[in-house]
Amino acid sequence: MSEEITMKKIDTFAEHGDGNQPHETHLSIRDFSLFYGDFEAVRKVNMDIPKKMVTAMIGPSGCGKSTLLRSINRMNDLIPSTSAAGEINFEGHNIYARNIDVVTLRARVGMVFQKPNVFPKSIFDNVAYGPRLQGMRNKQELSEIVEQSLRQAAIWDEVKDRLQANALGMSGGQQQRLCIARALAIKPEILLMDEPTSALDPKATALIEDLIGELRQNYTIVIVTHNMQQAARVSDLTAFMYEGVLVEFGKTKQLFTNPANPQTENYITGRFG
Amino acid sequence: MRLETRKLLDKAFSGLGLISIAVMAIALLLILTPIVWRGSKAFIFKGTIEHRRVMLELFDRGNPEKFNQESADAAAARAPVYQMMEAFEAEMKAMDRKKRKEYKAPFREVENALEELLGPMPGQRTPVLLRQRYGQTRWDRALVKLHETLYSEEWDYSNADAMGVLVEKPRVDFFTGTELEPLFQYLEDYLPEMMQPKTTFYYQFITDKSKDSHIFGGIWPEVLGTIYLTIGAMIFAIPMGVIAAIYLCEYAKEGRIISFIRICISTLAGVPSIVFGLFGLAFFLNTIQVSDSKSVLAGSLTLSLLILPTIIRSSEEAILAVPRAYKEASLGLGASRWHTVLTVILPAAMPGILTGIVISMGRAAGETAPIIFTAAVSVGAPLKIWETLSQPTPALPWNIYNLCTEHEAVDEIRHVQYGMVFTLVAIVLLLNLAAILMRARISKKLRG
Repeated sequence: MSEEITMKKIDTFAEHGDGNQPHETHLSIRDFSLFYGDFEAVRKVNMDIPKKMVTAMIGPSGCGKSTLLRSINRMNDLIPSTSAAGEINFEGHNIYARNIDVVTLRARVGMVFQKPNVFPKSIFDNVAYGPRLQGMRNKQELSEIVEQSLRQAAIWDEVKDRLQANALGMSGGQQQRLCIARALAIKPEILLMDEPTSALDPKATALIEDLIGELRQNYTIVIVTHNMQQAARVSDLTAFMYEGVLVEFGKTKQLFTNPANPQTENYITGRFG
Repeated sequence: MRLETRKLLDKAFSGLGLISIAVMAIALLLILTPIVWRGSKAFIFKGTIEHRRVMLELFDRGNPEKFNQESADAAAARAPVYQMMEAFEAEMKAMDRKKRKEYKAPFREVENALEELLGPMPGQRTPVLLRQRYGQTRWDRALVKLHETLYSEEWDYSNADAMGVLVEKPRVDFFTGTELEPLFQYLEDYLPEMMQPKTTFYYQFITDKSKDSHIFGGIWPEVLGTIYLTIGAMIFAIPMGVIAAIYLCEYAKEGRIISFIRICISTLAGVPSIVFGLFGLAFFLNTIQVSDSKSVLAGSLTLSLLILPTIIRSSEEAILAVPRAYKEASLGLGASRWHTVLTVILPAAMPGILTGIVISMGRAAGETAPIIFTAAVSVGAPLKIWETLSQPTPALPWNIYNLCTEHEAVDEIRHVQYGMVFTLVAIVLLLNLAAILMRARISKKLRG
C-alpha cells in the first residue's frame, strides 16, 4: 500500500537518475557531528557525495539537513558557540583542519541561500562581486564573466538591458537566479543550495529546477529541500535525515520507491514530518 | 474587556498622542519664532547714515559718492543742533557764576547723549575708542538714544513708605527760556533727516569680522571657529567611532569584557559636558600638552570624546540592522570579514551611521562647556587653518553666553546676540537637512 501512495505522490524522477556507472567521490563526510552549544544538531554522519551529480537532502524541519549543508562551506562558523567533530574531506583535505583557509574554501564551495539575498547594488556589481574579490579588475574580463554566469543561470535575456539597475528591483525568482549566477561567477566546484525555491512561486521554482538539471553537467550540487517531489525531480541521490542522524542515503529512485528504512518510508508517505 | 471599553481606550490613546505632538509643535514654535524674528534683525534692519559710514570707513564697502551726498544732507540737518549748542554755550558764559554752575552738569549730559546719538561733535578730536567715533548705526537704537536725550531719569523718594520710583523728566523743562529750549523739539522732529534711516540688508553680518568687540561688524570669527571645532571633532570622532562600532559588532566575541565596554560607552554618553571640558583641560592641555594655550585642536579633541559614544551607539545599531543575509552572501562568496564589512555592511548601514554622525555634529557645534577651558576666547580674529593647531578661537556657543553675561555694553549689541543664536540654529538646521537629504538618497539607492 505504501508503494502505491509513494508512486502517486512522486510521478517524475530525474531522467538522469539511472547512473549505474561508478562516480568519483567529491566530498566524503566521516563521523561528522555539529554542536550548537551542547546540542548535537548533526550526529556522526557518514556520507560520500559524488562528483557532478545532484545530491538532495530531505527530512522534517530541524532534522539537521541545513546545518549539515552549511557545514560543508563552514557557514556555521558565523554562529557563535558552534563546534564540530569528525571530518569533511574535500579532495583529500579535511576542511575542519586547522590549516584550512575558510575564505578559499568558500570560493570553491559556492552557496545559494533559502531567501534570495542579493546585495543592494546593481545587477552587474552583484555578479561581479566574487570575481572582484579574487582580484579581477579588467572590465572586459569582468563583463565576460558576468554575461557567462548570467547565461548559465538562465537569466541573461531578462536582465541584459538593465545590468546597471538595482538588483532589489527584480522579482523574487529573478533574484534567486541572480544569486545562482553570483555563486557561479566565482567558478566553484561544488554548489550548495539551501531550500533555494522555498520562497518562490511554482513558475520560478520550475525555472530553477530546470537550471539545476543543466548545472549538474559541470558542478557537484548538494540541495536541501522540504519538497519531496522536488528532490525526486532534480536529484540523483537522496539522503533522508531525522533528528540529526542520516537515516538513509541512496539513489533517489530507489529511496522513494523502495526505501530500506521504515522511518524513511513513513516520512515519504506523509505519515509524519 | 468589553469591546466598547477597548474602543474608548484606543481613542483616548490616540487623542493623547495627538495632544503631545501638538504640545511639542507649539513649544518648538514658541522657541523658534523669537529666534528667527529677532535673529533676522541682525541681518535686516533700518540702518542709519552712521551704519553706512562704518561700512565705508571700516569695511571699505558702499558707494562713496552716494554716501557723501547723504552725509551732506545729514550734516545740513544736524547743523542747527550744533548752532543751538554753541549759542547756549555763549549764553552760559554770559551768566553769573552760580547760574552757570547750575546749568553746567545738565548740559554735559545733553552733550554726551547727543554724542552717543550722532557721533562726535564737529571739530572734536577723534576719540580713541572706535565705538565713540560713530553715532547710532541702527534706527531702533537711535530712537532709544533720542529718548535718553529728551528725558532725564530721576528717582522719586517722596513717599517715604514705598520704594523709590523712577521718573522720567523732560530735559526741555530745565532749559526753558534759554537758547537750548528749541533743540529738543528740533531733535524730535528732524531725527530722520539727521540719521537718514534706510532698510538695510546686512547679509555680510556672517562674513564680517567684528570691530571693537561686536559693537560694529559681524560674527565671522565665531562662525569660522564653530566650523573648525565641529569639523575637527568629526575628523577625530567619526573614524574612531565607526571602527569601534564595527569591532564591537563584527569582530568582538561576546563576553564579560565586551559587556563591560558597552556599559562604559553608555555611561560616557551620560557624563555632563562640563566634565568633558575639565578633562580636556587636564588631559589634552596640561598633561599631554597638544598646544601651549587653549586651541582649536584641544577643543576638537575634547568635543570628539563627547560625541564618540553617540557615534558608536548609532553606528552599532545601524550595523546590527543590516540583514544577516547580506553578510552570509558575501562570506559565502569567499569574502574575508573586513572585505564584507567594507563592501556590504558599511554601505548598507550608511544611512543609520550618517544619522548618528549628524546628530552628534549638531551637538558638537552647539556645546559650550567642553570648549570653555579648551578652545574658546571672547574676542579673536578668524584663524588660518594651520593656526587651529595652536590658537584659540571665538565660537558661537561660547560667545552667545559671553555677550549676554560679560560684555560691557550688553544693551547695545542685543541684535548681535540674537544674530549669533539665529546663525547657530541655522547651521545645525542646515546640517540636519543635509543629512536627511543624503540619507534619503542613499536609502533610495539601496532600495532600488
